Amino acid sequence: MYLLILLVIPLAASLILAIIGDRKYAPEVNIACSAVSCGASIVLGLQVYEQGPFLAWDNFFFVDAFSIYLSVLTAFVSMTTAIFSRRYMRREREHGTIGHRRMRFYHAMYQLFIFAMLLCLLTNNVGILWIAMELATLSTVLLVSLYRTPTSIEAAWKYFILCGVGISLALFGTVLLYFAAEKVLGPGGAALHWTNLAKVSSQLEPTILSLAFVFLVVGYGTKVGLVPMHNWLPDAHSEGPTPISAVLSGLLLNIALYALVRCKVLVDGSTGTHHSGNIMMGFGILSIMVASFSILRQKDIKRMFAYSSIEHMGIATFAFGLGGPVATFGALMHMLMHSLTKSAIFFTVGHASQMHRTQEMDKIRGLIRGNPLVGWGLALGCMAIVGMPPFGVFTSEFLILTATIKDAPLMAPFLLLGLTVTFAALFRKVQHMVAGEAPAYQIKLKAAHVPVVLHMALVLVLGLYLPKFLSGWFQAAVGVLK
Amino acid sequence: MNPTAAAQLNSLLAALILLTAFALVVQRRMNALLHIFAWQGFLLAVSTAIVGFVGGAHHLYISSFLTLGIKVILLPYILHLLIHKLKIRKEVDSVINVPTTMMIGIILVIYSYHLTAPIRELSTLVTRSTIAVALATFMLGFLMMITRKHAVAQIIGFLAMENGLLFAATSATYGMPLVVELGVALDLLIAAFIFGMFFFHISTTFDSLDVDQMARLKEED
Repeated sequence: MYLLILLVIPLAASLILAIIGDRKYAPEVNIACSAVSCGASIVLGLQVYEQGPFLAWDNFFFVDAFSIYLSVLTAFVSMTTAIFSRRYMRREREHGTIGHRRMRFYHAMYQLFIFAMLLCLLTNNVGILWIAMELATLSTVLLVSLYRTPTSIEAAWKYFILCGVGISLALFGTVLLYFAAEKVLGPGGAALHWTNLAKVSSQLEPTILSLAFVFLVVGYGTKVGLVPMHNWLPDAHSEGPTPISAVLSGLLLNIALYALVRCKVLVDGSTGTHHSGNIMMGFGILSIMVASFSILRQKDIKRMFAYSSIEHMGIATFAFGLGGPVATFGALMHMLMHSLTKSAIFFTVGHASQMHRTQEMDKIRGLIRGNPLVGWGLALGCMAIVGMPPFGVFTSEFLILTATIKDAPLMAPFLLLGLTVTFAALFRKVQHMVAGEAPAYQIKLKAAHVPVVLHMALVLVLGLYLPKFLSGWFQAAVGVLK
Repeated sequence: MNPTAAAQLNSLLAALILLTAFALVVQRRMNALLHIFAWQGFLLAVSTAIVGFVGGAHHLYISSFLTLGIKVILLPYILHLLIHKLKIRKEVDSVINVPTTMMIGIILVIYSYHLTAPIRELSTLVTRSTIAVALATFMLGFLMMITRKHAVAQIIGFLAMENGLLFAATSATYGMPLVVELGVALDLLIAAFIFGMFFFHISTTFDSLDVDQMARLKEED
């Protein structure tokens, strides 16, 4: 029941917002709808926590610990981003960067994007998972080019083409998966249901599934932003409006990784080897290394944090590839922490670039003096994202590192090197921006407090104390992904 | 129609689809490109209908109609309107010359046969011999996207890839479940809407649809 509410609300909100357009209360409607879906997701989460995973609607929907924790996260971050976007977009609107038709488009597409992501998480059908993923790409393509500048159109085109090709490779992988499943389960929609596939995964033909996994990892990996398929990601993040960067980085990458991990479970069940895990570990380490050294060279603040997202998705992919209870637990927690921290960082970055009317880091100065919330938010967010102790990212990275030293000691130096380089690079750059005198060209603005404070507080609290229901979800998810 | 005759007819259609895929890769003129693309869609629709008839998989008729409606009529029509409106006649050069592209294409076809060997062994369907052709069509579309510098040509390459995927699904498993086929068609329609918008944005911002001009975003040193 709540599942249906959770899916219908964003879809209906998308229509409503398309109708009401750029009225004064449109941002509030956007927030209200996101808040309702967030509430529905929490109720659904409690239900799953108490009663365990369940199927709904003729086995079409499936909720377990893995998908519900990501659904709650998605609904929550989309709500806080809606709150942030109210102030942020109003300012863009006042500056005449975008007109009222594009505001209408922005709100409608935002909710459609949320719907697509939730559908990805809640559907039981691997084919529908693919369709929803494509829908999530399509709904954000034109948001990336919302400002209609030459660079933003270029970024959006790259995003469209690269993710389009990537995702069609994933569809080929899905076709192969269906081909193998049909032999065991018979033709029809039920042969693509994840719950059915997981039951019979040991009977699926291993040669076909290993071939399918290659297509799936390249396809969904493109959307996760794994190197070398990552080219679209820094461009799309830096050229789109900041609320979109926040949800792309904080949510969409997670969803793509979710799809990949779901498929990996099936492939592992079929082949009985660690082949797919090794592939993911390779992509993960490569992403960490390339992204950490790329951060050093960045001049644009949003691009820099986009590379940081690639690095963190690399860490999570690596940990899922490594497997085992500790690493998987760490990876699940890392997805949560990264998503909360990175979207908080993007909120402050958005305000910082509005204050200086540029995204160039050389020109952003004296943020703490200019606007304490933005300055401290960025400084603390940066400390959290590089893995400083009191914050949650530290806990998850520590777990992953421990598991690496135990299970794959040869990889540990690379992981540590990547983390160290990122640490040094981010700190050096962020310190210049937050400290010092505020320059004369800095503009005063009212920042959106609630989302930043809420996210950072959560990251801090979860770093110190993991509530029982959350660790229960994670442990149940580890059981699913075994 | 007995199964052997159907299988032979299907193989013939597969050969023709492969031919159109090669023609797409090397054709320079926009209008011709569109016509070839429409033919490819038509052949695909006929092949899907035949497989549906022989295999008794009646949902394939719907899939065939969708292909006919979207890939043969709607998309070529929209693209034709756009080309007319944006006054595109001949395309700019591709990255690699024609003979080399053909050679790469042939290698891709051979590679597809190699890659799909395990599937052909496992499959019991009459259409199993065409899976390799489907993968080859997919890869040739990919090749087209890589070698072309023109936005419209890249999109046609993308759609040809999609054709290859549908063909693969039909020949390997008598098509994906209906709900998935419908969803894919819906996504394709939305994508068509989006690239239509894109062509306008690109051509008004950059004065042409040559994607080579879009090279501002890169890592500076």
